[in-house]
Amino acid sequence: MNYQYNIGCSLENLKGIRDFIRGSLEGQGLSDVTVNEIVLALDEMCSNLMIHAHHCNPDHVLELHINIPGKKSLVFEIIDDGKIFDINQFSEPGLDNLVHEKRKGGLGIRLVKSIMDSVEYIHESNKNICRLTKKIP
Amino acid sequence: MVHIKRLQEDGIDNIVIIGEIDASSSIELDLTIAKSVGEKFTKIVVDCTALEYISSAGLGVFMSYIEEFKDKKISMVIFGMKEKVANTFGILGLADLLHICNTKKEAKTLVNELSV
Repeated sequence: MNYQYNIGCSLENLKGIRDFIRGSLEGQGLSDVTVNEIVLALDEMCSNLMIHAHHCNPDHVLELHINIPGKKSLVFEIIDDGKIFDINQFSEPGLDNLVHEKRKGGLGIRLVKSIMDSVEYIHESNKNICRLTKKIP
Repeated sequence: MVHIKRLQEDGIDNIVIIGEIDASSSIELDLTIAKSVGEKFTKIVVDCTALEYISSAGLGVFMSYIEEFKDKKISMVIFGMKEKVANTFGILGLADLLHICNTKKEAKTLVNELSV
């Protein structure tokens, strides 16, 4: 099954993204905790893109695709035409550093990498495709 | 969408979070905690029984106060998290850095013990 959702780059739209993901994963037999983890990872990815690649310009659009090829994995793609924001290029700051520096950011990338099994980037036809895969136990 | 209330009880500032905290609404949590600190409360409990979702932006707010609370001898205890919300804190190992309880009664007892 495939689902698609297009959304303007405003942080106010994150709630709509979360509701879309929850709705798409309904009936897949996933626990509340697993659904929440997936919602969290995609919320973090979309908010990072909105802030860092699109400066929260609501006229810029992200395409979110959910592909459920079978019962063993879920594939999510976020497609945009902004600056590439590759989380694999960022090292996660240590928790102690964050606490010491009183920083509010830096936790999202750590969450995404902990939750998803892979995060890949593809550049195709002037579009950035960020593909996240989650294996289902 | 989040709604945050404050109630004062026995010298403890109770912060009640209702709804979802994400990158667009974490500022409200930040402002609420800042207000509590500004009003010189040294005992804060955060009621998460109606918190449905929290992203890294909200977790970051809690983390950003750890040092300030140490300096100002302020104790904060978080309680009542649903399993899915507690899991979000757990993924990052924040349960070791913050004081977290199941019930309000436990939270009040702990916040009083921590402030001695």
